[in-house]
Amino acid sequence: MKKFFRLTAMAFAGALLIASGAASAEKLKVGFIYIGPPGDFGWTYAHDQGRMQIEKELGDHVETTFVENVPEGPDAERAIAKLAETGHELIFTTSFGYMEPTLKAAKRFPNVKFEHATGYKQADNVATYNAKFYEGRYVQGIIAGKMSKTNTVGYIASFPIPEVIMGINAFLLGAHSVNPDIKLKIVWAYTWFDPPKEADAAKVLMDQGADIITQHTDSTAALQAAAERGVLAFGQASDMIQFAPDTQLTSIIDEWGPYYVERTQAVLDGTWTSGDTWHGMSDGLVVMAPYTNMPDDVATLAAETAESIRTGAFHPFTGPIYNQAGELVVSDGEVADDGMLAGMMFYVKGIDDEVPN
Amino acid sequence: MTELIIASIMTIMTAATPLIFAATGELICEKSGVLNLGVEGMMLIGAVFGFAAVTVTGAPVLGVFAGALAGIFASLIFGFLTLSLLSNQVATGLALTIFGTGLSALFGLEYVGKTIEQIEPIHIPLLTDLPIVGRILFGHDPLIYLAIAILGLTAWFLRRTRAGMVLRAVGDSDYSAHAIGYPVIAIRYAAVAFGGAMAGLGGAYLSLAYTPLWAENMSAGRGWIALALVVFASWRPSRVLLGAMLFGGITILQLNAQAAGFGIPASYMSMLPYIATIVVLVLISRDSTRIRLNAPACLGRAFRAER
Repeated sequence: MKKFFRLTAMAFAGALLIASGAASAEKLKVGFIYIGPPGDFGWTYAHDQGRMQIEKELGDHVETTFVENVPEGPDAERAIAKLAETGHELIFTTSFGYMEPTLKAAKRFPNVKFEHATGYKQADNVATYNAKFYEGRYVQGIIAGKMSKTNTVGYIASFPIPEVIMGINAFLLGAHSVNPDIKLKIVWAYTWFDPPKEADAAKVLMDQGADIITQHTDSTAALQAAAERGVLAFGQASDMIQFAPDTQLTSIIDEWGPYYVERTQAVLDGTWTSGDTWHGMSDGLVVMAPYTNMPDDVATLAAETAESIRTGAFHPFTGPIYNQAGELVVSDGEVADDGMLAGMMFYVKGIDDEVPN
Repeated sequence: MTELIIASIMTIMTAATPLIFAATGELICEKSGVLNLGVEGMMLIGAVFGFAAVTVTGAPVLGVFAGALAGIFASLIFGFLTLSLLSNQVATGLALTIFGTGLSALFGLEYVGKTIEQIEPIHIPLLTDLPIVGRILFGHDPLIYLAIAILGLTAWFLRRTRAGMVLRAVGDSDYSAHAIGYPVIAIRYAAVAFGGAMAGLGGAYLSLAYTPLWAENMSAGRGWIALALVVFASWRPSRVLLGAMLFGGITILQLNAQAAGFGIPASYMSMLPYIATIVVLVLISRDSTRIRLNAPACLGRAFRAER
């Protein structure tokens, strides 16, 4: 019932946005579907920054539209199709749960080009793109391993999908590389954006003794809950330092802008082709916010690790890596390939928990 | 271990507080015979206006007042439609929720992603530092004490005061109360406004103390839980407190269970408040004396004075 109301409200909002964008027809119209509000200062905010970069660099030839707060699942298809119907030739759908809706809409509109973030299914007119956030999570893990006094770190996870699980694993590998006693407590919020629930999760983790909080959800609530109790935490998707100046250790910043500009330019030039892009620190898509609230030696270690990941000298998933059953999944000196990471649905050894099903 | 238990009780109390506010308001409203299903909408309106007031003025007290006033404003729209224009209470209440969700989202657009100073827990030297009970009794933010105080006053008001008896009479037999000369409509307006103020406070608690930020639809179903809570409490204030701790506790314990490493599927836990309410409904409908004792007989019925 509630979902229906939201959808109705959303459809109206969408219609308004689209109506306002219909004025100048000769420009290339680029549409965005957002899971949350651009003001979440997390995931959606980062995508919206990318959208604005398109406007800034290609504004003479391009106009952009976004529809915010679109729930994941089959209903998203309507919002996507609406953008396609109103003359948008390139549509970015920016959440994992838009995978099937995007593919369905893409079938109905073969001439429209779609770009789906964090998914793994492509089509002739559907490209996928993602960022190697795990690179940043490994760096966070190192910081947490050095900074935790209780050796207990709280991790607020969103949904049990490879994207999130690979982040948890990278974080643990990073933490254990400097402090093998680190215990990870994981709470699944089953949401990307629900500030009170994210705050609840952070409080519960702190209740259970976690003195570092990290999150894979989109709002600043967990960081602020940590700040209230004087516990250190990481930001998410953008630099959240202004929300918790004495709390944020660093944050993984998503720089989508260059990719968005490149893909839009490709459509303008007529050179767009489908594909799968997975960029990380080396491409400037994953950037670490300044290292704050930690001693210099930890900041230096974090910066050096990030730099060696960026140059390709080091890969966070370098063997030997064992799964929880103790089986060797990446042998000594080898590096996990992208295919394995993209489908990662198991925890590595050292995580005292089970992946929910 | 004790530290974990104390910390969990503290967290559960913060989770229970918005429910106590909203359910106390709805309880008074329903006791007067008016069923207002718009709690969720009024909470959202309270949350966004409370947040806006603090953003503009920087004074948390004004935020609390703004939240309550916004709730009253929303409830009076409902009051006017159902009490003066005699529209159907169920339909109008649902409409108020939809309206509140939309209005708060629209008004809140410019406040998304902003932050304010959170309302801090109090600290009384000596008392708060007492072992174990110190923080549980004296370490919360002021609004938690306000919620419990209002709940206590409500219990006293309904049971011990003449005005409380009149309110119950209006809810139990509106025409009799009218015949004796009580202004049924005016009393119901007051009850509806109180319900709005409380729902607004519950919403403001979310955006001012719970998480110091505004997010669209941030009440996330708490208004509906408050409605269920009133029925669960079978219209008794003392049971509202118990139920709020229970319903708030379920959410927190679910997360606690996960963090401790034994995961219970989250969806089962979020169903529990509603299942508990249905069980209570079944129990009280089997026992007709209890219905007569607690449930307002005229709940949801329109009242037309000239008949």
